Order: sequence, then structure tokens, then C-alpha cells
Amino acid sequence: MTGTLVPEGGTTRQPIERNDDVVRVRHLVRALALQCRLSLVDQTKLVTAASELARNTLVYGGGGSVSAGLVTRGGRTGVAASFEDSGPGIPDIDLALTDGWTSGGGLGLGLSGARRLVDEFHLETEVGRGTTVSVVKWAR
Amino acid sequence: MSERVPVLRIGDVLLVSIQMDLEDQTVMDLQEDLAERIVATGARGVVIDITAVEIVDSFVGRMLATTASISRMLDAETVVVGMRPAVAITLVELGLSLGGVRTALDLEKGLAILRRRSGLPDADPA
Repeated sequence: MTGTLVPEGGTTRQPIERNDDVVRVRHLVRALALQCRLSLVDQTKLVTAASELARNTLVYGGGGSVSAGLVTRGGRTGVAASFEDSGPGIPDIDLALTDGWTSGGGLGLGLSGARRLVDEFHLETEVGRGTTVSVVKWAR
Repeated sequence: MSERVPVLRIGDVLLVSIQMDLEDQTVMDLQEDLAERIVATGARGVVIDITAVEIVDSFVGRMLATTASISRMLDAETVVVGMRPAVAITLVELGLSLGGVRTALDLEKGLAILRRRSGLPDADPA
């Protein structure tokens, strides 16, 4: 991946503080995926990934927010979404990205699964400061 | 208060058709409602229709698997019907293949599976 992501048409920010905010994040990301003309399968993958990441923000990060919008790079258009919390952070990133590993009561597929469903995945975390997960899905 | 998914009874089958965007709490409520209704009605089968469901993430996927296990313990079989192709592709990529969950392409096929299992005469002439 080379070049800078260029925002296209502004970014929407939404809180992820309650259970029903996860549903609202799915709606926001679906609207962007439609606008970006992602295929039906890619829409489904992106919205599913967003649902996993929003739930992580809520359950493990203690709440936070999402910023999402369309981006372009090298003539391609995609949907970018960034999930941010100021929770406990992730001490061991490799472990957190392992299928089946969970610190909570989940299946341990949230982070690793979401990573497989998108084209780009960046994770920044600092113990005691919080976690930001940024993803991009490009239109084909 | 989150919405509740209605559980309908048709003979000895409970039918759940998910027509809303599922909140996690709604998913948990549904699981409990179903377990209670199975015991209360003595239902032998459960059909969960996800035709209208646009995404199944790991939380909902786990609910489907858990519900199938719970109902099996309560002497009922669960069949999940109507999964969209994009949902199936996404679930497998996510890492959830729902191995323990019986699926059928539509409601009719799902009901046929349950009829066969409970040893009732098949209503299908074929």
C-alpha cells in the first residue's frame, strides 16, 4: 500500500457508548458502502467488520467513537473507518490478533476476523491509553 | 428497553423470523425466550429464518450456534433458513462456519427436515 489516503466528501463521527450505537455504526458504514458502490459481498464484509470493531470499542475499550468516510488513493475509491477508544489498550497485539483468543467472553474472532474482511487494517494501541483500529475497503 | 423478536408456534415447531437490525441485547433475549418457549410448548423443532438479515457477525453467529445446542438439550432440533450468499461468504471468512447448526435454503426445506427428524409423515408428496 503506497500513497496517502485522501478524504473525499467529509468524515462522519459517531459515539459508540451504548448497545444500540453498534447498530447505528452498521447503518453509517452501510450507507457509505452503497455510496462507494461496493459489491454486495464487499458491503456485507465491511459492515460485518464494522460491527465487530464497534463492539470491541464498546466492550473492551469501555466506549469510544467511530469516524468514517469515503477516501481515494491512486484513482480508487474506498470506505475508511476508524474506531477509537481510550480504554486499557492491548498489551499483546499478536495475541489479540490470534483466532480464538479472547480477553472477554467472546469467540475471539472480532479483531482477527475483522482484519480478514477488509483490505487494509491498522491497529495502534498503548496500554493505559487506548486503542485505534483503522480499516479501509476498496471498491473493485 | 430493546425490541423483542416474536416467537411464533406452528404445531410442534417454533418459528422465529428475524426482521430487524439486531442489537446484542435483543439477541440475548431471543435466546432465553426460545429456551422457555420450547419447554412451555414441548416444541420438537425450531426454525430461525434469517432471510431478511443483512449481516451476521460473530455475536449473532454465536447465538445461532448456542441456540442450536440449547434446543438440542431441550429435545428440539434447530434449523436456520434463508441465509444470504453474501452472509455465508462473510461468515466463513470471519472464521465462523457454524458447524453444529443445521441449515436449509428456505422455510419449506427447513420444515421438511424437522418433519423427517420427528418421524412425522412427510406432507410433501415427493
